[in-house]
Amino acid sequence: MFGKAQNILATMTLLALASLMVGCGETAPELKLETAKAKTEHCVEPDDVMRRNHMDFIKHQRDETVHNGIRTSKYSFKACINCHIPAEKDGKPVNYLTDDHKLNPEHFCATCHAYVGVQLDCFECHSDNPAGAAPADANHGGTAHE
Amino acid sequence: MSKNNIDAYRRKFLVGTGVAAAAVTVAPGLLLRQAQAKPADEAVTDKVRWGMLIDIDNLPNGGQGVVDACKKEHGWGNETHSNDKQKTHWVRTVKVTEKLTKHSFQLPVMCQHCETAPCADVCPTGASFKRADGIVLVDKHICIGCRYCMMACPYKARSLVHEAIYDQKPDSPRGKGTVESCTMCVHRVDEGKQPACVESSGGAIVFGDLNDENSEISKVLKEKGGKQIRADLGLNTGVRYQGI
Repeated sequence: MFGKAQNILATMTLLALASLMVGCGETAPELKLETAKAKTEHCVEPDDVMRRNHMDFIKHQRDETVHNGIRTSKYSFKACINCHIPAEKDGKPVNYLTDDHKLNPEHFCATCHAYVGVQLDCFECHSDNPAGAAPADANHGGTAHE
Repeated sequence: MSKNNIDAYRRKFLVGTGVAAAAVTVAPGLLLRQAQAKPADEAVTDKVRWGMLIDIDNLPNGGQGVVDACKKEHGWGNETHSNDKQKTHWVRTVKVTEKLTKHSFQLPVMCQHCETAPCADVCPTGASFKRADGIVLVDKHICIGCRYCMMACPYKARSLVHEAIYDQKPDSPRGKGTVESCTMCVHRVDEGKQPACVESSGGAIVFGDLNDENSEISKVLKEKGGKQIRADLGLNTGVRYQGI
């Protein structure tokens, strides 16, 4: 029915598709929820809602906060960080980047973002850990990525 | 409307006015405080216009203390790769000398929170904007870093972040490629607190509501006056000065 050339083409296509699936068997990373669980039992929404919609919640809230001064804590970005990221680990703040500027799997947000390959733009401007909340020397150095 | 209905209407009206009168007589101070610390879920309104009055004669250290307090609050000025022209400044001290008399004085200059802000006029994306309560801000989420606002500002109040920033303050997000300036400590104002520079000034800076004639800043301005820098531009600034 098919010519030889078509058979070869079909086989090559299959092989190419199969090669794309290499690594797909990898299971999703375990979420590090200990820090948040120690503070409260539930997140502001059920887990499945948060997994799918957290970006919409914080994006909606950011416009409300910046333009209208609404500072409720439910979808507040700062509240997310304060609850989910430990103040420090081994005496150092937990940053979203490692020393070699890769996503740090120890950071709650980076765990999934590294897995799905989605950039974490928030932290290019926002503080990535609650440690900055404490009054500190403006010129302090010595962080993981300096 | 029958007579009974009219009586009911009158009673309701009188009760209403009584309550309003009680509120005015009992707690003017309380209402004032409520106006300052708005509930977190309420949007800001144009009933309030925040302003500052800076008495440069009483400012300790020629205003340098104000700069330091601002740095400490917002974490700016820690760039390591930028040169002096690129480094950010939310507030800076400017020394002015009159050519003939050689009389000179120093004043802190920051965003003047203009009523008709030129930065907001020229912004192509709407990132520069004036909040309803008169605070001029940059929405860094939509700022594209074109620096048009920096060109438009007559006070040189704005600066662009030229390098990647780490360890920001949670209340002062700052990032490479966005423009920034004095926010009048909007995160503190929303909580009913005073801006950091005002707290550090030892009473030389008065912060308050310019729309409320009973606020301290309005009273002082009415009595002693306060000048705008470049008043000729007609920008109706929210920051006023004494002693210039």
